[in-house]
Amino acid sequence: MELVKLTIDKKTLEVERGTSILNAARKVGIEIPTLCYLNLDGLNIENKPGGCRICVVEVEGRRNLAPACATEVTQGMVVKTNSTRVLNARRTVMELILSDHPFDCLVCPKSGNCELQSLAHRLGIRDIPYQGEQSTYRKDTSPSIIRDVDKCILCRRCEMMCNEIQTVGALSAINRGFMAVIAPAFEMNLEKSPCTYCGQCVAVCPTGALTEVDHTRQVITALADPTKTVIVQTAPAVRAALGEEFGLEPGTLVTGKMVSALRELGFDYVFDTDFGADLTIMEEGTELLDRLTKYLGGDRNVRLPILTSCCPAWVNFFEHNFPELKDVPSTARSPQQMFGAIAKTYFANQLGIDRKNLVVVSIMPCLAKKYECQRTEFSTDGNPDVDFSLSTRELANFIKLANIDFGALPESDFDRPLGESTGAAVIFGTTGGVIEAAVRTAYELYTKKPLAKVDFEELRGLEGIRAANVDFDGLELRIGIAHGLGNARKLLEEVRDGKSQYHAIEIMACPGGCIGGGGQPLHHGDASILKARQKAIYMEDQNKTIRKSHENPYIIQLYKEFLGHPLSEKAHHLLHTHYFDKSTQIVIE
Amino acid sequence: MAKYRMHLLVCDGTTCHASQSESVKNALQDCLELNNLENEVKVVSTGCFGYCEKGPIVKVLPDNTLYVKVKPGDAEEIVKEHILNGQIVKRLLPTESVAQVYASEGKTPFFDKKQIRIALRNCGFIDPENIEEYIAHDGYQALCKCLTEYTPQQVIDIIKRSGLRGRGGGGFPTGLKWEITAKVKSDQKYVICNADEGDPGAFMDRSIMEGDPHSVIEAMAINGYCTGANKGLVYIRAEYPLAVKRLKVAIDQARAYGLLGKNIFNSGFDFDIELRYGAGAFVCGEETALIHSMEGKRGEPTFKPPFPSEHGYLGKPSNVNNVETYANVPVIINKGADWFASIGTEKSKGSKVFALAGKINNVGLIEVPMGTTLRDVIFKIGGGIKGGKEFKAVQTGGPSGGCLTSHHLDTPIDYDNLIAAGSMMGSGGMIVMDEDDCMVSIAKFYLGFTVDESCGKCSPCRIGNKRLYEILDKITKGEGTMEDLTKLRNLSEVIKDTSLCGLGQTSPNPVLSTLDNFWEEYVEHVVDKKCRAGSCKGLMKYIIDAEACTGCTACARACPVNAISGERKGPHFINQEICIKCGTCMEKCKFNAVLLQ
Repeated sequence: MELVKLTIDKKTLEVERGTSILNAARKVGIEIPTLCYLNLDGLNIENKPGGCRICVVEVEGRRNLAPACATEVTQGMVVKTNSTRVLNARRTVMELILSDHPFDCLVCPKSGNCELQSLAHRLGIRDIPYQGEQSTYRKDTSPSIIRDVDKCILCRRCEMMCNEIQTVGALSAINRGFMAVIAPAFEMNLEKSPCTYCGQCVAVCPTGALTEVDHTRQVITALADPTKTVIVQTAPAVRAALGEEFGLEPGTLVTGKMVSALRELGFDYVFDTDFGADLTIMEEGTELLDRLTKYLGGDRNVRLPILTSCCPAWVNFFEHNFPELKDVPSTARSPQQMFGAIAKTYFANQLGIDRKNLVVVSIMPCLAKKYECQRTEFSTDGNPDVDFSLSTRELANFIKLANIDFGALPESDFDRPLGESTGAAVIFGTTGGVIEAAVRTAYELYTKKPLAKVDFEELRGLEGIRAANVDFDGLELRIGIAHGLGNARKLLEEVRDGKSQYHAIEIMACPGGCIGGGGQPLHHGDASILKARQKAIYMEDQNKTIRKSHENPYIIQLYKEFLGHPLSEKAHHLLHTHYFDKSTQIVIE
Repeated sequence: MAKYRMHLLVCDGTTCHASQSESVKNALQDCLELNNLENEVKVVSTGCFGYCEKGPIVKVLPDNTLYVKVKPGDAEEIVKEHILNGQIVKRLLPTESVAQVYASEGKTPFFDKKQIRIALRNCGFIDPENIEEYIAHDGYQALCKCLTEYTPQQVIDIIKRSGLRGRGGGGFPTGLKWEITAKVKSDQKYVICNADEGDPGAFMDRSIMEGDPHSVIEAMAINGYCTGANKGLVYIRAEYPLAVKRLKVAIDQARAYGLLGKNIFNSGFDFDIELRYGAGAFVCGEETALIHSMEGKRGEPTFKPPFPSEHGYLGKPSNVNNVETYANVPVIINKGADWFASIGTEKSKGSKVFALAGKINNVGLIEVPMGTTLRDVIFKIGGGIKGGKEFKAVQTGGPSGGCLTSHHLDTPIDYDNLIAAGSMMGSGGMIVMDEDDCMVSIAKFYLGFTVDESCGKCSPCRIGNKRLYEILDKITKGEGTMEDLTKLRNLSEVIKDTSLCGLGQTSPNPVLSTLDNFWEEYVEHVVDKKCRAGSCKGLMKYIIDAEACTGCTACARACPVNAISGERKGPHFINQEICIKCGTCMEKCKFNAVLLQ
């Protein structure tokens, strides 16, 4: 490790060669403002196009100003981050950016949470001397994501996420100069593009250029309708992040408060997607064992590895990019959809009401879930199994809208029967969790022996691609895990080429899994927030009395009273799905 | 090879080609055959002579007679009079006035002794589509010498000692660049030729590729030998079809002669070249943007370091030089570093090719030693200002350069002097302006170009240049304020200081240099609402001279917006509030009563 000595604002310091001026300055407590720069430390996600030019600093002996994010320190470098020249340049650049930005902050969905707005405040911008033409583009609404690119500042974060991390390639820069903007190819609508709705573009957008489609109003209308029974399900990752929106430390579990809040909002029953997750494990775990047994018995018609199918963005991804593999993933629906299907049949029957009068709302860390619940195969006679999906952010805003003091809420418990869940279901919220939950159940079903240790540490972590072997009493089950679609692509290419060594692979589209979902409170580039959420998820699992899906008494009851057994005909009808070839559906108008 | 007593060299560069030089060549050939002279006299298509103003050009060898503006119909007279009777066709000679007729090339002021031909040495002398003519003019001798007599480091040392600097605009020492690329260890390296000549009005590189493509190929191979690359790529504008064609022909011929391909000159060195086409983005002349474009990515720059020498095409070390830089290399090897270093100024060695354009008599391509003054270029070689008007400014360095004034006429042209004067060498565009040019409009014109050509990646260039353009537009419309002038300067300086690549770092130069050199013109526009050049329409008004007006009503009837009123047979008036300054009234008036003020 070679050290480099330099001076920043008269402070002398030594840092490793290769360090950027920005990071070197941070070490001595100098926070140079940035805008386009993004670094999710530990997740291998970095955006530094050096495009916004907000972080420029003066380097002695250099002709022009240097971008602190992209300039590496050199021996004896003398840097000024706050000279008159720097301050004037930074202000002017900011004034220029604002001169091409709509002034509708008051009604912008990102108001109060906008990095551009915060920066304008921090730099003390009070007027825009450089007025002129503003670039305008067509607004584009898809089932999950709204593109309002008049507000795009060309930070390229979404492009980096979509292309480098997710390898989806739906968004990239088009046009030149003043008309340059981020858009799908040929400016087609996002809906016509290979977008998976993973929402990672929304998760990193510093402004209101990319936001989710807000369904809160529809939910309020349903809640106010006396003819409707409105029930809600909450995904596991929501409880580990919702508190952030109310000023709580990242990683604070707010399960009980969240349940109380939902009840106060007027939901008739507050249930848990975790119930659906336990059900998923029953179906998917059994499917895994079924395929594995057949395969080991010499049946080469079954395909291994089995791939998890609970992530809707991932489903979209392979439908667009690997349609030839569409019989490889598990046919099990996602927990959200399993929940919806059971709610609108089994639970509606229990209540004695028509499915049309039962409104199922889901609270998801995800934007692709909005699209998933609109897929036609998940509805009966035009009535969807899940009516509306709200993101964690939308729920937070809804709670604020209803004048609820979240911090002061008591803790309360989910309703029965669809609110009961196990620790296995909770960990669906993080990368590695689904497969760990499946292993807990599959092990006991296969070996007929109780697990000595429920925690499979070898499956946990934040590495993009992980692999572990689990001993099933003499049978080595080879497991692969990928999060982030770029990593998923690598494992899928192995599967396509017949080189995959795994029996089962878990895939989650978002870096970190659902804890880093596109509908979660914005992390603004702070990876420690994702780590804290992951820790909270495992904590919730630890706190649960029952930690294996097949031991959930209400799941046992459901099979007994309604479904029969996993993979039964009824289960197939309600809990399984099929996939489509979307590779040819890119239409250029 | 057959021997000929005479040669007729017909320029077939793009400019002459567009003026039917091919028909001229065919007509000459037909006439020769008609007179049974085809075995005595040979017609050769050559690259650009540089004297584009007077094209198509035909040069007769060995007596060096230069015929200009030759039409196909002139062929018969040239053959009969000049070749058969030995009489010069006087009416086709270059003239400055009736009294001044130049009987041979050497006597033409355009080809004044101030000019020197290094990069353009073969342009206009050889048939670019015939490799043997290139070889006959010492072609591929330098490559042979390098491969058989020198080590790569020795070649690099020669280039370093010659003092050659990049001719694409940056002026980076070429030998040093080669050395850096050579030192990086890699399994694969690339030699890239930047032929994405994008400055408006510049055609230096095009002319070299059209007139002497082998010199570029030879130099790229030499570079490959020095840096350890066996693959060359020419990034060329698809808008240069003739240059593309000639390069393709030349590459094929070089392959056929074993000068490209495996084991060149039995040295064990392999080298081959492929073409890559640019789609007409100016910013792709910037080397990192160029590389991204070649990789199939969006053509936009990334910050340096890493430099292409370390991390270039497909992540491999790549040496990027422009066409003119390469064209200098074989001569340097053949004639030696000391010879080259003896030409030019202390820090800028050799010569530079310029494309002369604008209000100058001899529009065309010239090559002068570094250190030649602007005055010699404009008034001697360029023949002065068109129509005897007053010289006002010269823009060097293309859209990113600055406008220099008569104060700078005696400045010796080299990299450092031009920068000190507030402009730059650029790739060699030189546009001359006269008293009819409004300097605010000129700055606006160049900003319009950079606004169109900015890639949009960094905010100061994307938005800042647009705002600069808008302020300049406001001023030319007579709506500017003194505060706008302050904004212009601050904005220009910040854009220069903060932009990501060379485009944005230089795009405000036309504004800054005109603010510095023509401040009073800006003030006139803003305060007096006056454009002394008379080119800003927004500041002009049409008025009717009441004395001269006969009241014929022709103007009032023609005015599309009914801005003119007056009694029949009485003087008319133009309502300035309504007038859109279309000029129709002035056109219609038979009594010269409508004036532009």
